[in-house]
Amino acid sequence: MVESVFRQESGRIIATLIRLSGSFDLAEEAMQEAFTSAVSSWPANGVPDNPGAWITTVARRKLIDSLRRENTRRDKQEAISYETESSHIPEFDLAEDVSMMYSDDRLRLMFTCCHPALNLEAQVALTLRTLGGLTTTEIARAFLLPEPTLAQRLVRAKSKIRTARIPYEIPPIHMLPERLTSVQAVIYLVFNEGYSATAGDSLIRKELCMEAIRLGRTLCELLPKEPENIGLLALMLLHDSRREARINPKGELVPLEDQDRSLWNQEHIREGQELVERALRMQRVGMYQLQAAIAAVHGHARAAADTDWHEIAALYRELARISPTPVVALNHAVAVAMSAGLEKGLGLIDQLGASGELEKYYLFHAARADLLRRLRRRQEAIDAYKKAIALVTNRVEDAYLQRRLSQLTDS
Amino acid sequence: MRYMLLIYSETNTITQSDELRQKAMEAHWSLIDETKKLGILKGVDPLEPTSTATTVRMQEGKVVTVDGPFAETKEQLAGYYILDCKDLDEAIAWASRIPIACWSGRGCVEVRPIRPLPVRAEQPASGQYATSVR
Repeated sequence: MVESVFRQESGRIIATLIRLSGSFDLAEEAMQEAFTSAVSSWPANGVPDNPGAWITTVARRKLIDSLRRENTRRDKQEAISYETESSHIPEFDLAEDVSMMYSDDRLRLMFTCCHPALNLEAQVALTLRTLGGLTTTEIARAFLLPEPTLAQRLVRAKSKIRTARIPYEIPPIHMLPERLTSVQAVIYLVFNEGYSATAGDSLIRKELCMEAIRLGRTLCELLPKEPENIGLLALMLLHDSRREARINPKGELVPLEDQDRSLWNQEHIREGQELVERALRMQRVGMYQLQAAIAAVHGHARAAADTDWHEIAALYRELARISPTPVVALNHAVAVAMSAGLEKGLGLIDQLGASGELEKYYLFHAARADLLRRLRRRQEAIDAYKKAIALVTNRVEDAYLQRRLSQLTDS
Repeated sequence: MRYMLLIYSETNTITQSDELRQKAMEAHWSLIDETKKLGILKGVDPLEPTSTATTVRMQEGKVVTVDGPFAETKEQLAGYYILDCKDLDEAIAWASRIPIACWSGRGCVEVRPIRPLPVRAEQPASGQYATSVR
């Protein structure tokens, strides 16, 4: 029971505690102690009507105690002490309506954790630890890192926040768009980390996807008027809807067109589609929204053959306008191949490759190989797969390309 | 809290036109005036280019003096501001207004918090000193 309250409430509570104390560490400590109290008192005395408020009240009390101790210690110190602003005990009213400040505090926490002055790994670790309420152990396991490494990352991040004085504030309006992209990037990174898991990985990686989606929901709740937030959430839900179908029992990657669509999570797809529509109605198109729209088109098709590739090609054209990257261009070419003819798609890809810029890019060769395979231009396909394999780094994708290659060489 | 804003640019190649350098200087003057008025300007100096630098090191117990900056990098320290800011975001806001275009138009500003000098143990007054030495 306490654990579920922790998952639900810890982000909110710690956000407020950090504001009140000005310290990540003190806030964390106070909250830990409060939850420990809950674990010992609730089984005996019953769960309070408002568990979150109970924890917050107890945590605040413990916070006041720590702050008093901190102050006494500093006064007694004769050795080196740094010039600080007067550190008085904040006179916060324990009876203050606990629900009032929550939204603002969680936003503060989100933006602080994702401050560009922190490096990306630090941003991710701090967000998951504080907002997500994951333990250091859980985060380390999820990212396949030794725990001390993770712990060090958190220590350094908090130290930077303290020493460089990264403010615990919601950024001013003119900075909001740029800072928001940091937050979105962190959430999406967490999702992709969990999503790129291979078979045999522990459940914790699925947890990462769920955690990212949770954070995405929180972001939408706190900043509902930002269509890219909604787009991001939609994108994650739509990707996640296919999770069960992506990897077959042998642990191999199953491409979209071969997936067993009965394994797709229809609830996620429905929600994702609704969110896409809601976001697009706001008329401020962005990358996440467009990617989500594309994923929604796939989600709509009952069978691969029903896929509306024209729509997808059009969406990629839109996407290319705001994000003219090779990946987008390649995906567009594939969509054209599927809607207007394989030769046309291949022509586009070869056009892209004309400059030679994409020569070192495995996806370029993989996409060419795929189309050549479908066109039954066997030898050319084999050559292209070989080029792709020579360049690919992801183990799972490598295995997939190898399988394609052997399908051709064995036949 | 005070921050040092260290301006790095390619000082040895003067590739900007006089007009652009003039504009950059004006931007500096604006910043100086504004921050002075706010009472937050605690220091500001341009530095002569690295061709004028001399580096002093200790090597095997001896002082060694060598021509040039401590490290030969493309971007070198060209000057600094010391500003008293509320927090890092304010320091960053000021830093983003510093024209790095003075010389080559390429560079960056490093924002470093200044550590307050540690509090020294109290020095005994001169009279007491005489009596405490035995």
